[in-house]
Amino acid sequence: MFAACADPKAIEGLTWAACYLTSGKHLDFYWSFLVVLALLAITAPTALAMGFAGATAARSRFLPLSLLGKGYAAIVRGVPDIVFFLFFVIALDQGIEWLKSLAVCDDYAWPWQGLEFRVCQEAKVPLSASSAFWHQAYGFSLAVFTFALVFGAFAANVLYGAMGAVPKAQLETAESYGMSHSQVFRRILVPQMWVYALPGLSNLWMILIKATPLLFLLGVKDIVYWARELGGSKTQAYEYPHPDWRLWYFLGLLVFYLCFTKVSEVVLARLSARLSRGQATAGGEAQRKAAA
Amino acid sequence: MKKLLLATALIAVSGAALAESHSQTVRLGTEGAYPPFNFINDAGEIAGFERDVGDELCARAELTCEWVTNEWDSIIPNLQSGNYDVIIAGMSITDEREEVLDFSQNYFPPAASAYVALTADADLKGVVSAQISTIQAGYVAESGATVLEFATPDETVAAVRNGEAVAVFADKDFLAPIVAESNGELMFVGEPVQLGGGVGLGLRESDAELKEKLNAAIQSMKDDGSLNALIEKHFGPETAKF
Repeated sequence: MFAACADPKAIEGLTWAACYLTSGKHLDFYWSFLVVLALLAITAPTALAMGFAGATAARSRFLPLSLLGKGYAAIVRGVPDIVFFLFFVIALDQGIEWLKSLAVCDDYAWPWQGLEFRVCQEAKVPLSASSAFWHQAYGFSLAVFTFALVFGAFAANVLYGAMGAVPKAQLETAESYGMSHSQVFRRILVPQMWVYALPGLSNLWMILIKATPLLFLLGVKDIVYWARELGGSKTQAYEYPHPDWRLWYFLGLLVFYLCFTKVSEVVLARLSARLSRGQATAGGEAQRKAAA
Repeated sequence: MKKLLLATALIAVSGAALAESHSQTVRLGTEGAYPPFNFINDAGEIAGFERDVGDELCARAELTCEWVTNEWDSIIPNLQSGNYDVIIAGMSITDEREEVLDFSQNYFPPAASAYVALTADADLKGVVSAQISTIQAGYVAESGATVLEFATPDETVAAVRNGEAVAVFADKDFLAPIVAESNGELMFVGEPVQLGGGVGLGLRESDAELKEKLNAAIQSMKDDGSLNALIEKHFGPETAKF
């Protein structure tokens, strides 16, 4: 990166450390922190939306929809995560390419031949000739979808419980005011359920933060992959040979995760206080007394 | 209607042109954690013996090549799923692997595997570490020792350093620089063992045409001595050559 770093084996001390920590590989490592944060920033709302849809469907009085919502939560929660992250993603990828092959391939052939999966070149997603960026973006999208699907099922269960926890008297009062079902749902049920859902959702958020190393199974190079790769002992084949430094890299990750979860806790505590305001719960009651 | 026809024709033509330019892109899958065969260098790029060989083979076979890294553990399933077209990852040619994929002719001669331990009297029938799904792991299991498997080659050596395993069993060419640079901490123990039929490119069984092209390119590199020169560049003068 810097001119002084042209011959890393000839320099030492602070210059060496500065060069080492700004090597292309380290920049990839720093970049992967942003990748993880971006994944969380996209996955969390998506999972919440899927959970909300699942919980709403499960409460539906239309039986097939209710079964769909309950089935989604039951099946996804019952299947081990590792199965999702290993097999589901390959199946999803193949499914997408199969659908595309139906549309774009000239001579269609059943793609699953023995152990191999073959579609014509034009049906590849992304195309073989696409730049590495598109391959990474595609892998990232598959990761977001898979994470959202898995965590959405847990969120569905949390929200379903939270919807059931809103006092029935509140809903009946709303109905007696002449509100329709959807008005009761929108104006009374949803605004009040969050305070009941928050403990469960905050658990999910904490688990999601720590689940990101699963990204590597999906081909996305995350912070844990880079820490292991950078920390491993390096021979003279590398520009910056060093012994096994994995301990230091993983300690760095530990600090990152602890800071991140601490910030999350602070934010969630504030959110909880905000959601309790005016609620018919012990938390809301305490706030009323403190204000009076 | 005319416009519609024209648009359809345009799409068809551009589609065909696209297909033409894309048809020759070959994706090379490697592990990126097995120096000096393949590793991620400090610039974050794939480097090593196989990088040089792969680029040269693609140039000779007139293919456009893209490099991809994939975890060793799932490197064969991802080839079969079509995520890349060639495995170039220090993979030894064995009968078991021949059953699920096709190999090109070898571009690295049949090489010795060796044990490395902290002491000369290490018990090679004790706990021996090896990388998962390698011929070395299979060999250790059959030798009567307890095999301790790891996902990456680096971890197998770290396990010996921290005492989890008494010895590591791996390609001698991978271990040699590690032993040489350990300041006497690590040493070769026991006799080297000859395993496998050399290192070859792994391809899908249905890709006969690509295999043909790459075989021809490997042969031409063997014939003009450029392959031997690359082996000497990355593994030193004492390594077996063609």
